Amino acid sequence: MGDEKLNNQIAEYALRLGDDALVFGQRLCEWCADAPTLEEDIAISNVGLDYLGRARMALQYAGKTLGRTEDELAFLRDSGEFRNLLLVELPRGDFAFSMVRQYLLDEFELLFFAQLCKSKDDTLGAIAAKTVKEVRYHQRRSANWMQRLGLGTQESQARTQAAIDQLWGYMPELFEMDELEASLLQAGIAVDRVELHSKWLDIVSAQFASANLQVPESDWQVVGGRKGVHTEHLGHMLGEMQFLQRAYPGLEW
Amino acid sequence: MAEANDLVQAFDNKIHAEEKIEPKDWMPAGYRKNLIRQMSQHAHSEVIGMQPEGNWLTRAPTLERKSVLLAKIQDEAGHGLYLYSATETLGITREEIVQALHDGHAKYASIFNYPSLTWADIGTIGWIVDGAAIVNQVALQRTSYGPYARAMVRICKEESFHQRQGYESVAVLARGSAQQKAMAQDALNRWWWPALMMFGPHDADSAHSAQSMLWKIKRKSNDELRQSFVDQTVPQAEIIGLEIPDPDLKWNEQRQHYDFGEIDWDEFKQVINGNGLCNRERLAQHKQAHANGAWVRAAVAAYVKGKTGESGE
Amino acid sequence: MSELSPLFEVFLRGRRGLDHIHVGSLHAHDAGQALEYARDTYIRRSEGVSIWVVESKDIHASQESDVASFYDPMDDKAYRHATHYTLPDGVDNM
Repeated sequence: MGDEKLNNQIAEYALRLGDDALVFGQRLCEWCADAPTLEEDIAISNVGLDYLGRARMALQYAGKTLGRTEDELAFLRDSGEFRNLLLVELPRGDFAFSMVRQYLLDEFELLFFAQLCKSKDDTLGAIAAKTVKEVRYHQRRSANWMQRLGLGTQESQARTQAAIDQLWGYMPELFEMDELEASLLQAGIAVDRVELHSKWLDIVSAQFASANLQVPESDWQVVGGRKGVHTEHLGHMLGEMQFLQRAYPGLEW
Repeated sequence: MAEANDLVQAFDNKIHAEEKIEPKDWMPAGYRKNLIRQMSQHAHSEVIGMQPEGNWLTRAPTLERKSVLLAKIQDEAGHGLYLYSATETLGITREEIVQALHDGHAKYASIFNYPSLTWADIGTIGWIVDGAAIVNQVALQRTSYGPYARAMVRICKEESFHQRQGYESVAVLARGSAQQKAMAQDALNRWWWPALMMFGPHDADSAHSAQSMLWKIKRKSNDELRQSFVDQTVPQAEIIGLEIPDPDLKWNEQRQHYDFGEIDWDEFKQVINGNGLCNRERLAQHKQAHANGAWVRAAVAAYVKGKTGESGE
Repeated sequence: MSELSPLFEVFLRGRRGLDHIHVGSLHAHDAGQALEYARDTYIRRSEGVSIWVVESKDIHASQESDVASFYDPMDDKAYRHATHYTLPDGVDNM
């Protein structure tokens, strides 16, 4: 494989990771001044800052090969060019929805970035090393919330279970490999997502079982984010997020 | 009676000797009430102040600006928390403090009833509004109530980043395109006078000022603080080429201060009394978030109760 | 159902070798949650390497009325302070 082709593949991979973090970070921003307690508002912001930081590192790295800055990538692409998972673009919902999504993602990211630490690509490895530290904290927090919400009141249990049911069909996308990632896996650069699935399911199932929550038996699944086929929600998010750069193009801010 | 007089005497002596009053110390009921009013208003201001800035968080023009803004708003939440904690040392609970806000008994800084309309407002809030707040807060580091003074020291240390990032962000706009510069000037035009109003009425017209000064809760008068703010801000505006929207503003060589025009006190009263653009939205948003969180807080309470119940068996 | 959560006091060790110092308080439902919130609130700028939290109600404080018996006996022991001793000229620091 030629260097240029490999570099382009790595850039695409970094773009995926960057878009996941950016879109999710943007959703977390929507909790600002809207959390159940002031303490929780501060906690959500901390997590949001971690995601924005990760997004910037990954997009800067992708942009080096693609010849675009992090801001050009974030603010000047339309939804069809975004490569994020559908899971992270869904509207934030209530606190249960946001926290279940956070938890499901945290358990995945803990496994994923632990593997990516071993990447033969130094930059991706460095991003992963930093991310693992952050995610460890995120996971501890969201796992505690699964306990509190699942074993709290009837209402909290019901809301949390409903969120799990609504989100479950978006999870398979996290474990999907395509040609690009398979090729990078061969090169020792990418993570084998498929391999993470059973471990993830065991962990999540155990957590849910201990919190009076059920793993859904549903068999629906939705994918498309990696190919740029998104839910209708992403366009609205981008309309908001990109407003200034679109209305006043080419300026310094 | 003699004993009560001794307590008052001991309290007055401490105030006179610049010693801090601490939570367990005896204090006059009026001192406690005055502090609760001022500190809770200060705390609510930090928390309500998150809203006009949060209004642009999802629309920040670059990822760096977005991160800075999120960190800054998080700091405001933290400052609100420091101040709520400090207020609670006076024997009032967080629930009571927040309830007073929702009931309309407690106020927050009226400036947050103005809308943040463009991105330039975000930089301007950091530069001008936080700038005005810092002038006030620096003086409050020497306030007589220990927990309040310590919270202020912590807050001042963090606030300097807020003002700088705001000023830098406005400076970028001021040297940017014609549209950006106009945006920056427009924001300054809208925020300047409300910022001057933040220091409150003239000393002669200020309801709580005299007693607060005697008790050293306030260390500098409204007019003194306002003057320091004008003096420090005018040159900052000149340097980045923006104009302070006050035709009467000029340097007074004799006083070694800037003279400035009279504040529109009618507007001040109008906004305080509920006729600002955002009065109802700000409070409604706070109430709504609180109400939306009720089931979450109830869940945690039930969870903890269940857990401790189990371990007790 | 009460939503009220207890108040916790937060103590931070700024860096290794220093004492934990009281920095403020916060509301949480249990010590674990208090630790998480303390981390989020009080070390946003890496102000500490170790956190203690303790429920405010578990802190026992000396009372104002005890002040005389608590502290006055210590006031007359100036000899316990280094500044009590005059150093001869030529000895600057000790």
